[in-house]
Amino acid sequence: MSKFLEWVDRRFPLTKTWNEHLAEYYAPKNFNFWYYFGSLAMLVLVIQIVTGIFLTMHYNPDAETAFASVEYIMRDVPWGWLIRYLHAIGGSAFFVVVYLHMFRGLLYGSHREPRELVWLLGCVIFVVLMAESFMGYLLPWGNMSFWGAQVIISLFGAIPFVGEGLAEWVRGDFVVSDATLKRFFAFHVAAVPLILAGLVYLHIVALHRVGSNNPDGIEIKKNKDADGVPKDGIPFHPYYSVKDLVGVVVFLIIYLAIVFFLPEFFGLFLEKDNFLPADPLQTPADIVPLWYFTPYYSILRATTESLMWFVRGLIVLSVVVAFVRTSKPTAKGIAALVGAGFFIGAFIFTPKFWGVVLMGFSIVALFLLPWLDQSPVRSIRYRGWMYKTALAVFVFSFVILGYMGMHNPDHVSLFIFKNVVWAQICTITYALFFILMPLYSVWDRTKPEPERVNFK
Amino acid sequence: MKKLILILILAAVSPSSLAAEATEPLDPVYTNLGNKASLQRGAKLFVNYCLSCHSAAYMRYNRMGRDLGISQGNIDEHMMFAADKPGALMTVSMPEVKAKQWFGTAPPDLSLITRVRKPEWVYSYLRRFYFDAESPHGWNNSLFENVAMPHVLYELQGVQRLTGHDEHGYPRFEMQAPGTMTPEEYDEAMQDLTNFLVYLGEPAKLERYKIGTIVMLFLAGLLVLSYFLKKEYWRDIHYS
Ligand code: HEC
Ligand code: HEM
Repeated sequence: MSKFLEWVDRRFPLTKTWNEHLAEYYAPKNFNFWYYFGSLAMLVLVIQIVTGIFLTMHYNPDAETAFASVEYIMRDVPWGWLIRYLHAIGGSAFFVVVYLHMFRGLLYGSHREPRELVWLLGCVIFVVLMAESFMGYLLPWGNMSFWGAQVIISLFGAIPFVGEGLAEWVRGDFVVSDATLKRFFAFHVAAVPLILAGLVYLHIVALHRVGSNNPDGIEIKKNKDADGVPKDGIPFHPYYSVKDLVGVVVFLIIYLAIVFFLPEFFGLFLEKDNFLPADPLQTPADIVPLWYFTPYYSILRATTESLMWFVRGLIVLSVVVAFVRTSKPTAKGIAALVGAGFFIGAFIFTPKFWGVVLMGFSIVALFLLPWLDQSPVRSIRYRGWMYKTALAVFVFSFVILGYMGMHNPDHVSLFIFKNVVWAQICTITYALFFILMPLYSVWDRTKPEPERVNFK
Repeated sequence: MKKLILILILAAVSPSSLAAEATEPLDPVYTNLGNKASLQRGAKLFVNYCLSCHSAAYMRYNRMGRDLGISQGNIDEHMMFAADKPGALMTVSMPEVKAKQWFGTAPPDLSLITRVRKPEWVYSYLRRFYFDAESPHGWNNSLFENVAMPHVLYELQGVQRLTGHDEHGYPRFEMQAPGTMTPEEYDEAMQDLTNFLVYLGEPAKLERYKIGTIVMLFLAGLLVLSYFLKKEYWRDIHYS
C-alpha cells in the first residue's frame, strides 16, 4: 500500500493534498452549529448532480412531452419517484443550507479581511445557484414553471432600449416556448453545474489559503505553538470529519423525512399549479416563484410610484454616508457623481424598471459587505446593540419580504397593513441594513475580543 | 439565536393558496391508501363513470391492477373498454374537439387532480351537484358554479336542489328524488372514489411511507453511532 502511495506521490501530490486540506488543515476547535452548513452544501451539490444524472436519462426536454416524461419518471421508472423527489426537494434544501451558511457569515464576520475572496466567491456561487434553480424549475413544464419563467424573463423588458430584445434573446422566441425549454435544459444539466463545481473548488481553495474564521471571530493563527500549529486549531480530519458526519446524519433525517412523508411541503417545495401542464392560455390565480426567490420578488413588486420618494431618499442617504466615511476628495467626487446619476435616474425611469434595479441591488449589496462592515471586531459576540439590532431587523425584513412574496400584493394579510405596504417597509429596512452599516458598525460599542477561543 | 431559527421555520410553513375561488368551505374526507377494498371500489366507480369523458393518461391499466390487487382478467373484462394492450395508458376515446363541442370545455385529465386540488375539494365537488333548470344540461354545482360537467352519478345520489347556505357557508340541499344509494352509502362511495383519485395522483404513495419508515429507523441508528464516534474522537479536545 505504502509502495503504491509512493508511486502515486511521485507523480501526483496525493498525500500532500490530503494533508493540506484534511489531515493537516487546522480548523479552530470552537466551531458550532453554524459551521455544519458548508459541508452540507457540498453534500447537497453532490446529491443534486447524482440524482440529476439519473433524471436526465428519462426526462424529455420537449414542450410536447416534458410534462408527461416527468410523470413517466414518477410512475413507470423504477425508483423514479424517489430520484425525482430527492432532486426537487434537494433544490429547496440547497437554499435552506446556503441561506444558513451565509447567515453564519453575518453572525461571525466571516466576510471580513482576509476572507473577502471566500465571501465574494460565495456570493457568485449564490447568484449562479439562483440561475441554476430558476432554469431547472422550467423543465417539468408545469403551469407554474411556464408562467414563472414568463414573468421573470419579461423583467428584462423593463430595461430601457435594449430590454425587449434582451428578453427575446434569452427566450429564443417571443414567448416562453420549446426553444426556451431546450436551452434551459442545456444550461441546467451541463453548463451551470460545471461552473458551480468550479466555483466551489475555488471557494475552498481560497478558504484554505487564509484559514477558517470561528464563532469568536479571532485569528487562531496569531497563537501558534513551537511547531507552527495554531494552539486553538485541530486537524480537520479526523475531528471535523467525524463531527460533520453527525451533521450529515441529522440533515439527512430532516431532508429524507420531507422526501418520504411531506414531499410537497404544504405546496412550498412542489407547487400545486405545477401539477397542471403548462398552458399559455390559462394563467394561475397567483403567480408565485418558489419560496427562496420570494424576498426578491417582493422587493420587485413593492417598487411602485409611492415608493419612489423613499428610493430617492435612500440614494441621497447613501451619498451622505459615503461623505461621512471617506476623507479622500476623489472618493467624495465619485460618490457625488454616481449618486447624482441615480437620483436623476429616479425621476426619469419607471418604477417598474427601478423594481428590477432594487431587486438586483438587494443581491449586489451582499458582495459589498466586506467593505461596508467597518467594525473593529468580527463576531456578534463582541459587537454592541447596534449591530445586533440591525441584524435582527434585517432578518425580520427578509422573512417578511419572503412571506409577502408568496401572497397576493393587494390582500390585507398581516396586522394593519396591506401586503404591499409591508413589503415596502421591509424593502427600505433591508436597504438601510446595508446603507447605514458603515456608520453603525463603527459607532457600535464593542467588547474586547478574547485571546483564545471559547466554546459556548 | 434559537428563536431566530424558530421564526425562520415558522415563516416557511405558510402554505401558498391556489385559486381565489374557494368560496365554500370543504367537507373533510378520510383517505387511506392502505384500504385496498376501498381503492378497488373507487377504481370501479372511476372506470365505469368517469373514464368515458376524463382520461388518466399518465396511468397504465396493468400497473393499477397490480397495485390494487385486481386480476388482469377482471381488468380485461370490466375495465378496458377503450384500450387493448394490458400496459396501455388510461386514455379516453372521446376526441377533444368533440368534447369541446358537447361541453364547451374539454374534460380535464384526472391523473393529478388531487394534487392540483385538495382531496377534500374533489370529495366536496362530487357531493354538491344539484338540479338547476337554468343550466344547459340541467345540472350545477355549488362548489364549482356553472360547471360544464353534468351530474353523472345522479342515479346513485338522487336529484337534489340547493336551498341556500348555512351560517358557516356550507350549502344546504333538499333531496327531490332519491337515488339507488342512501346518502350515507353515497358519501362512502365518494370517499372510495376520492381515495382512488389520491392513489391515481401518486401511485408511489403506496410504498413511500413504508420505505420512509425503514429509512428513518436506519438513520436513527446511524445517528447514535456517529454521535458516539464523534464523542470518542473529541475526548481529547479541551478548552483552557
Ligand atoms: C359527461 C362527461 C363527464 C363525465 C362522465 C365526468 N366528467 Fe368530470 N368533468 C367533465 C367536464 C366537461 C368538466 C369540466 C368542467 C368545467 O371546467 O366547467 C369536468 C370537470 C371535472 C372536475 C373538475 C376539474 C377541475 O379542476 O376543474 C372533476 C374533479 C371531475 N370532473 C371529476 C369527475 C369524476 C370523479 C367523474 C366520475 C364520477 C367525472 N368527472 C365524470 C365531464 C365529465
Ligand atoms: C454551493 C454552495 C456552497 C458550498 C458547497 C460552500 C462550501 C463551503 C465550505 C465547505 C466551507 C468551509 C466549512 C464552513 O465554514 O462551513 C465554506 C466556508 C465559507 N463559505 Fe461557503 N459554500 C457555498 C456557498 C457560499 C455562499 C453563497 C457564501 C456567501 C455568500 C459562502 C461564504 C462562505 C464563507 C465566508 C466561508 C468561510 C466561513 C468562516 O470561515 O467562518 N459560501 N463554504
